[in-house]
Amino acid sequence: MEQRNGRDYALWSIAIFLVVALALIPVLWLISISLKPPEELTDQRFIPQSVSFDNYKSLFEGGIDDSPFIKPLINSIGIALITTVISIVLASFAAYAIARLEFPGKRLILAGALAIAMFPPISTVGPLFDMWRALGLYDTWVGLIIPYLTFSLPLAIYVLVAFFREIPWELEQAAQVDGATPFQAFTKVIVPLAAPGVFTAAILVFIFCWNDFLFAISLTSSDASRTVPAALAFFTGESSFTAPTGSIAAAAVVVTVPIIVFVLIFQRRIVAGLTAGAVKG
Amino acid sequence: MEAGAPANPNPPQAAPGKASSRTRSERKLAWMLCAPAVLAMLLVTAYPIAYAVVLSLQDVDLRFPDEGGFVGLSNYTAVLSSDLWWTDLFNTVFIMVVSVAIELALGMAIALVMYRAIFGRGVVRTSVLIPYGIITVVAAFAWQFAFSPETGFVNNLPLISDEMDWFGGRFSSFAVIIMAEVWKTTPFMALLLLAGLVTIDSQLYEAARVDGATAWQRFTRITLPLMKPAILVALLFRTLDAFRVFDTIFIMTRGALDTESVSILGYNQLISRLNLGLGSAVSVLIFLCVFLIAFIFVRGFGTKLDEGRPGG
Repeated sequence: MEQRNGRDYALWSIAIFLVVALALIPVLWLISISLKPPEELTDQRFIPQSVSFDNYKSLFEGGIDDSPFIKPLINSIGIALITTVISIVLASFAAYAIARLEFPGKRLILAGALAIAMFPPISTVGPLFDMWRALGLYDTWVGLIIPYLTFSLPLAIYVLVAFFREIPWELEQAAQVDGATPFQAFTKVIVPLAAPGVFTAAILVFIFCWNDFLFAISLTSSDASRTVPAALAFFTGESSFTAPTGSIAAAAVVVTVPIIVFVLIFQRRIVAGLTAGAVKG
Repeated sequence: MEAGAPANPNPPQAAPGKASSRTRSERKLAWMLCAPAVLAMLLVTAYPIAYAVVLSLQDVDLRFPDEGGFVGLSNYTAVLSSDLWWTDLFNTVFIMVVSVAIELALGMAIALVMYRAIFGRGVVRTSVLIPYGIITVVAAFAWQFAFSPETGFVNNLPLISDEMDWFGGRFSSFAVIIMAEVWKTTPFMALLLLAGLVTIDSQLYEAARVDGATAWQRFTRITLPLMKPAILVALLFRTLDAFRVFDTIFIMTRGALDTESVSILGYNQLISRLNLGLGSAVSVLIFLCVFLIAFIFVRGFGTKLDEGRPGG
């Protein structure tokens, strides 16, 4: 075993401190800018000298119609949630078949999904822009949900196949031998076993949709469907003379902190999900 | 809700060669279950890329809708003979190579810290997930504000000139862009490498130690060779991802001062200038570049990536 002397301990402490500090600095920095009053914004200090919540207030001022932030926030949450539900349902069907059934084309589907995971989204932006304008899907929720669905399915399928392969499916038959109906065997035995994997895939798909920027700025033109990342890029200041730095930072904190808390709560699952496809694939 | 339940009341038991009608119904069921996902994946990839090829052979400019028609390969010759395309391709490859190289080294170090740490493993894993959870655009803003000469704290640090205008030059902009990219994506690299690391039998290390191998020898003779598949998978994913770099550059410089990537070029042609013909030619060329990179990885590095074959 490793010698656990004082020098090792100090070296590990430094390494761990460095990793933690580097991961946290941008987040703390955003919080810091978002709390600085405008006159201190250019003081080049990492820690604000006085704290003001005006940037946060300005985000929500004017209610749903005039706030630059509320509608994009609703769009982001709604589009990501709807995509996640559809993507997980479709991916679960496919992953069940791939993990449990023998059929020709299985490898082709997995290889195709991997190819799509590597596909450059910019290559589809032009055609989608043209098609969506013709079909009336430009600047709508559906117009974003469809490409998000396509590009999140490979991720969901890989994660779910990896999880489904680990499920002891014989238990389903065992339950039926014990007198459970097929439906009961499925809902009482298989669903609880599959739920963690499904949940993991759902988190990863949600984060994928939440993060997208390219489709969000290419296929939207107004608050009708613009999501938070796109809205941030088009933020303007309170008046045309003030820079939007403070409000961008505040909006960034609002959309970042809940996700970070969520990611940290479910970190074990996320790590398992992120690496599931890679090791076996 | 869970998939498969209503569609599959009698799960087919694996009974090879027993009943061919059963095999047939199993196949049918499998295809029915996969069809929606396959269709959804093809809908926004295969069809649009085909449509992009069609558009790229035409003169389609939405600002001049009356013009148009088939122009052959002239959009491609226009793109390939422009300095802008080659500058942007250089920028993209430069950012890709530098950031992936740094990520590999850093990701390996973090993976080893997570794997070998005497204590604090959980803290490290927790903190590396923070960049993963942050929107790329948000991370780009955070670093932009940090390096900005007006609002940033970076120029206030020791050893860095107070006057440094990071976004005033091409390669100093690249430095900040690469830093933001590395910060955001190293966790993914580290986790993939850690997954490869834990599959190595620890008895190998014990044996090597008994034989007198140094820590560096153990790393280069045991860890690296056994991790080759994991490293290649991580490299392939991150290289292709880095080639698509868009969000960070768009937020930080919008491509000013020759810092455009090919994805920004495509976006500018398609969405800003509404020149679908030229933009589609750029899109198709980007697609071919990605295909080429994946092909080089698969061909160059052998069998372990055989499921990574593109073009499905």
